[in-house]
Amino acid sequence: MTVRKNQASLTAGEKRRFVAALLELKRSGRYDAFVSTHNDFIVSDTDHGPRTGHRSPSFLPWHRRFLLEFERALQSVDASVALPYWDWTTDSSVRSSLWAPDFLGGSGRSRDGRVTDGPFAASTGNWPIAVRVDERTYLRRALGAGGLRLPTRADVESVLSMPTYDMPPWNSGSDGFRNHLEGWRGVNLHNRVHVWVGGHMATGASPNDPVFWLHHAYIDKLWSEWQRRHPGSGYLPATGTPDVVDLDETMRPWHDTTPAALLDHTPHYTFDA
Amino acid sequence: MPELSRRRALTAAAALTVTAGAAAAHGTTARAAADDDHGHHSSPDSFDEVYKGRRIQGRPASGGGHHHHGGPPVAVFVDGVELHVMQNADGTWISVVSHYDPVPTPRAAARAAVDELQGSPLLPFPATSATAATAVATAAAAN
Ligand SMILES: [Cu+2]
Ligand SMILES: [Cu+2]
Repeated sequence: MTVRKNQASLTAGEKRRFVAALLELKRSGRYDAFVSTHNDFIVSDTDHGPRTGHRSPSFLPWHRRFLLEFERALQSVDASVALPYWDWTTDSSVRSSLWAPDFLGGSGRSRDGRVTDGPFAASTGNWPIAVRVDERTYLRRALGAGGLRLPTRADVESVLSMPTYDMPPWNSGSDGFRNHLEGWRGVNLHNRVHVWVGGHMATGASPNDPVFWLHHAYIDKLWSEWQRRHPGSGYLPATGTPDVVDLDETMRPWHDTTPAALLDHTPHYTFDA
Repeated sequence: MPELSRRRALTAAAALTVTAGAAAAHGTTARAAADDDHGHHSSPDSFDEVYKGRRIQGRPASGGGHHHHGGPPVAVFVDGVELHVMQNADGTWISVVSHYDPVPTPRAAARAAVDELQGSPLLPFPATSATAATAVATAAAAN
């Protein structure tokens, strides 16, 4: 059974195996297919048109399935690997072990944002940025640039306390838990973390940075915490909503799974806490 | 870049779909359309200025081609290359290079893109797999 652990508690061996599996997916070309899929959805999901991966109720089940696909790909390389999560409310410093050279490497240098240490630095030759919107082929970050702060536990609590999953108009203008967690409204959790990391994480091709998976694994965990806290609240909308994935409708690009089928993560993985 | 990595980069590039020629043609078309339309500013979101040494333009979207149902009312260009932008329900804007950080206007999105690009040329969109092939090959060959 897959157990997703806090990245801060990984052993050196677990970090090494996770990194090695990432590099192998990259080398084989499978990694970049995930980046492409994500960018395709991010540019096509619109507030007043069809929306599946983002700015819509299916933001959470879509990313749950996307991470499951990615985790299975990692496990096809090394069956012992699970996706770790990054709790950015506690590991909120650029000096966190997350950004050490034995794991994800640090921030980008000021001149061009280029990450210069760790396994994903361009100088290793192992992490070419192929799916992108500009000509730069090196991984970029700007951790906490401009003095931006990561969300606090109090910010998270204020969002977890919201009892309604999502509300009309089911987009970036919605009130409710999903849109506050996604961050288009209110204290801003998920979106703010993308901006805080900067570089590729701030773009539609954000999975170019491996921290994408750790960020979304924590967003996914917050969804399960919300479910535990509000056992009487379910996914919405239930039925008949144009351009939006209802509870029992299948999601692109897989066409074989519904939000209803993804509400319970425990058949696929559990968390360490 | 070591020979082995270079080959890896080229392999990744080869897996991508749209050809370099198509991407280049797309960029040329975008520039010509922008130039033809110069002076025709019927939308409050239209603009044309040089920002940090780069020409940024916004003009009403043609309605054909890229902008299907739900598409933005304005097309934005950086040095003649189209930048994918999107309008949020509250009227704010984002672009594909700054996708999680809404700003008030298409011009602000264009300026944010120029800031983010740090001088790098934009690749014509649809980005993703479409445009990476040539540039990866070029970068790999240059290294
Ligand atoms: Cu996403
Ligand atoms: Cu995200």
